[in-house]
Amino acid sequence: MNEPVILVENLTRKFGDFVAVDHIHFQIQAGEVVGYLGPNGSGKTTTIRMLLGLLEPTEGKATVLGYDAFTQSEEVRARVGYMSQKFAIYDDLTTLENLTFYGGVYGITDKPRILQTLELVGLQGHGSTLTRDLSTGWRQRLALGIALVHQPKLLFLDEPTSGVDPTARRAFWDLIYELAAGGVTILVTTHYMDEAEYCERVGIMRDGKLLAMDTPLNLKANLISGDVWEVFAEPLQSGLNLLPGLPGVLRVGLSGDHLRVIAQRGFEKDIWVKALQSQGVQVNQVMAGDATLEDVFLNLAKRD
Amino acid sequence: MTAIVQANHLRKTFGDHVAVDDVSLQIQPGEIYGLVGADGAGKTTTMRLLVGALKPDAGEIEICGYDVLRQVEQARSQIGYLSQRFSMYEDLTVLENIRFFAEVRGLSQTEWLPRSMEILEFVGLADFKDRRAGQLSGGMKQKLGLASALVTRPRVLLLDEPTTGVDPVTRQDFWQLVIKLVSAPLNLHPKSGNLGVVSQKDEGGVSVIISTPYMDEASRCHRVGFMKAGRIIVEDTPSNLRARLTGRVLELRGQPISALRHVAHQDTDVEDVAAFGDRLHLRVRASTAQAVLKRLPHEIEMVGGVLTELRPIPPVLEDVFIALSEPNHE
Repeated sequence: MNEPVILVENLTRKFGDFVAVDHIHFQIQAGEVVGYLGPNGSGKTTTIRMLLGLLEPTEGKATVLGYDAFTQSEEVRARVGYMSQKFAIYDDLTTLENLTFYGGVYGITDKPRILQTLELVGLQGHGSTLTRDLSTGWRQRLALGIALVHQPKLLFLDEPTSGVDPTARRAFWDLIYELAAGGVTILVTTHYMDEAEYCERVGIMRDGKLLAMDTPLNLKANLISGDVWEVFAEPLQSGLNLLPGLPGVLRVGLSGDHLRVIAQRGFEKDIWVKALQSQGVQVNQVMAGDATLEDVFLNLAKRD
Repeated sequence: MTAIVQANHLRKTFGDHVAVDDVSLQIQPGEIYGLVGADGAGKTTTMRLLVGALKPDAGEIEICGYDVLRQVEQARSQIGYLSQRFSMYEDLTVLENIRFFAEVRGLSQTEWLPRSMEILEFVGLADFKDRRAGQLSGGMKQKLGLASALVTRPRVLLLDEPTTGVDPVTRQDFWQLVIKLVSAPLNLHPKSGNLGVVSQKDEGGVSVIISTPYMDEASRCHRVGFMKAGRIIVEDTPSNLRARLTGRVLELRGQPISALRHVAHQDTDVEDVAAFGDRLHLRVRASTAQAVLKRLPHEIEMVGGVLTELRPIPPVLEDVFIALSEPNHE
């Protein structure tokens, strides 16, 4: 197997007594699209800052593209692209001017390369559009272009499609897969399940710990400890209050016009359905549901 | 039952651009209505028309029977509005922020405190009432926004992309609050000490209109209106919307994914191919699923690919959204 693009061993960062990142391990291979999922404050950004060499690990080490992330951070940064939600794009400049400006930061001045990047992110013909006139989806593409102008081997994306509608998100991800097929490695930090679903593997962070890293399929198969049921009942609120106390039921959540129940695997559902009915709740329909990454996340988040 | 929100043939233009084009809405008590659509489809403009922040070029809006344009004060007093970027005073405490909103909306000295405390209790911020708003986490800020919108006991709550930027646990909490507001209209008689939002006896709970780019959220609404180029082109329950594509979505897994993708694209019955990490979702033309299920394994083998799984899966709202967004769909 080739040398991994990212190799993280025992990586730890403390701020005083607070352990922001707590002895984490993982590897990412070339061309992989990996998600890094966790709530705000779970240690995602601290990890990325260490991978970019902006922060010294308290313990452990990170190797990025074969370089030590902290002692050889300049080598790393020259080969890595970073697209952030809060990234500064100059609103008063056109898309092409923004791209040219950031290209200059990386020493890229050749015009064909800049135009090629504009085309790569699907903004050809919009080079002279003022950035402030772009829709959210198009701004996102420009931000991606800026992260790609120096042709990095590794791309960090921070919540790249947050607030973007499904069609624009689809177009964005098609582009990401194209880059990955061309050998670029992609690490996406996000707290959106919809973004995580697009990744080949997903790591889940909480309180500084990497709780799991696997394919979405395996995460759902291994970390959901039960069967998912969609329960249509009336009144909804009584169902929500009563279900958690019934035999076999592990977790209950509201899902719009119905309840989502996670019950012990293989547990006969009629037992809790009947118990619910005996307490005056009318059960109209119970259907088997599919586990989602959100179930995985909520399950891990509740566990102590 | 009379509708809480009744909007007829709304139209709003900005110069040559028609932002909202013949939109009609009827929202029942206790209903959660989701507005979805691409950027610029007209969702926020529709919201702003409904709260009376913008004046329509044509059409009428009634909120609880009050005309938004002619009975501005009465209509507005029935509305709670949480905008995409709602503002709060970061230097003021949670309670001071709510007091500010309450007083702006004309609540008296004796009214605002008990009511504010009830609402803070309801959204789970009572223990943080003396914390400065600037020191709150993202999820708590959002709850404070919701509390401020609820302080006048509105009959209808308009939420414009309220969960952008908050994590799943917080989003789940937020939705539980919204669903509780509509499904269990608790009493809010001034003297009962109970929190809730309405005291009207037979008219049910609060109604909610929410706009969102997230389909998992849209699927939690009772009804969803899909906006495109200023119009609501489809309006139905999430299950009916999904039923439009029943039997037409297939999941495909195998190696190499690029070859599978190519084969799927070549198939004339496949309308759309979407990659999801290690798998593909295919949307096929109506009543061609069986043929595609038979044909694809052979076609994949022909190009040297390995098929791990090919099966029909239940469509999700995202599939419906993508299908409706296509230019040839009307």
